[in-house]
Amino acid sequence: MQIFNTEGSCARAFMNRSFVTIADHSREKIEYLIRMAQEFERHPNRLLLQGRVVATLFFEPSTRTRLSFETAANRLGARVIGFADPKVTSGTKGETLKDTIMMVSNYADVIVMRHYLEGAARYASEIAPVPIINAGDGANQHPSQTMLDLYTINQTQGTLDNLNIYLVGDLKYGRTVHSLLMAMRHFNPTFHFIAPDELAMPEPYKQYCSEHGIRYVEHQDFDADVIAGADILYMTRVQRERFTDLMEYERVKDRYLLKLDMLSKARDNMRILHPLPRVNEIEYAIDDDPHAYYFQQARNGLYARQAIICDSLGITLEDIMEDRTII
Amino acid sequence: MDMTTNSQLHTTPLPTREGQGGGSRSLIVSALDHGTVIDHIPCDRLFEVINLLHLDQMTSKVTIGFNLKSHKMGTKSIIKIADRFFTDEELNQLSVVAPNVTLVIIRDYEVVEKRPVVLPDELHGIVHCDNPKCITNNEPMATHFHVVDKQQGIIRCHYCNHEQDIKNVKLV
Ligand SMILES: [Zn+2]
Repeated sequence: MQIFNTEGSCARAFMNRSFVTIADHSREKIEYLIRMAQEFERHPNRLLLQGRVVATLFFEPSTRTRLSFETAANRLGARVIGFADPKVTSGTKGETLKDTIMMVSNYADVIVMRHYLEGAARYASEIAPVPIINAGDGANQHPSQTMLDLYTINQTQGTLDNLNIYLVGDLKYGRTVHSLLMAMRHFNPTFHFIAPDELAMPEPYKQYCSEHGIRYVEHQDFDADVIAGADILYMTRVQRERFTDLMEYERVKDRYLLKLDMLSKARDNMRILHPLPRVNEIEYAIDDDPHAYYFQQARNGLYARQAIICDSLGITLEDIMEDRTII
Repeated sequence: MDMTTNSQLHTTPLPTREGQGGGSRSLIVSALDHGTVIDHIPCDRLFEVINLLHLDQMTSKVTIGFNLKSHKMGTKSIIKIADRFFTDEELNQLSVVAPNVTLVIIRDYEVVEKRPVVLPDELHGIVHCDNPKCITNNEPMATHFHVVDKQQGIIRCHYCNHEQDIKNVKLV
């Protein structure tokens, strides 16, 4: 842990410690955070953050993400302050984001924020004297989800390199699949896109693949033969409200449901991931199948977020390895 | 403000002393001994440039040539402004409204600088983000764009990552 002498360098150093997007992270940084999360998986309960205050500011409700971050902070001994519902904050009285962030910076050592506006976390990270962790900013980024996805892929495959990753469902609006695609560019993946025409992977992301030497294949069918090539089957929700043509929705909705018999030719190492909540895109019968991994994936969110919080506070992997506060 | 709308105006700025021996009438109108010439302005951008630089409020002499012949562009416009030099910020704004104009700075009859005004790598507080859900449109703050493709004129919002075409941008 570093101690900074002057206020200026302290503020600058903390600004750089913010976790706003994963797209900028190097392979080394991603692997470093995975190593950290592995330590937390071994020993999640510690007093490493005793005496620290973590703020969780949810300008848009997201119970799942908030519980995961708050659990991560609590299991490391930090105190948590914040709000879960924007209706109780003064933002509705016209207070600017800046004012809220500056006020909370006086109380907390790190701010976890979710906001409905795109770029809100980036802006907060530029003005706040404490690090900002982006827990989702509108349709833009949700980097802690990507971090837990990477952690889970590594955990199930023993590596992030040279994998066949199948993305299924809403590839147009699904920010998790976009972030995952960009973060995987360091690891020589082959992506497979399986989506209805209306929700196909947008052209800029295909271009991104071409520019970064990422191979991708687009499939029309979603069946046992296609799934046979997958190491990771990443399912997302196909939401009715995304369709301009509801007839089209009715026509395609069942085509992207994963059923147990579709796993008949799957590789042993293949694992099914889903950012949750699931509605009906994965048949419940699959939950007991050894390929199902979405609940473990959600649990990994805890370890990934413990790593993200500690890294933003300047706690190093070395600090964690030498940590004597394990409960 | 002199307004000349045909090719009687000299299109290259000759720093000739006004009324000096033998200069033609057109040369006298166009000559600038101290100030700024903005050349190669696309004709459809001329009035935006006039508005941007607040030339209508200028008290010094301003000469504007419109629909002039140009080898490079077919037709072009040119503005000559006496006794006025622009800041980098103003030139950055100019590069957004009219990409690749030529800037000529004349001081005491000498051309001291002649260069194209290209888009900078970053645009701070110059243009609006076209994404209504962008933080910059909902918070009192300056916008910030990265110029990702100078040739195509593509800029990306530093905050929300939306890309837009420089031709369609609105100035702040
Ligand atoms: Zn924006």
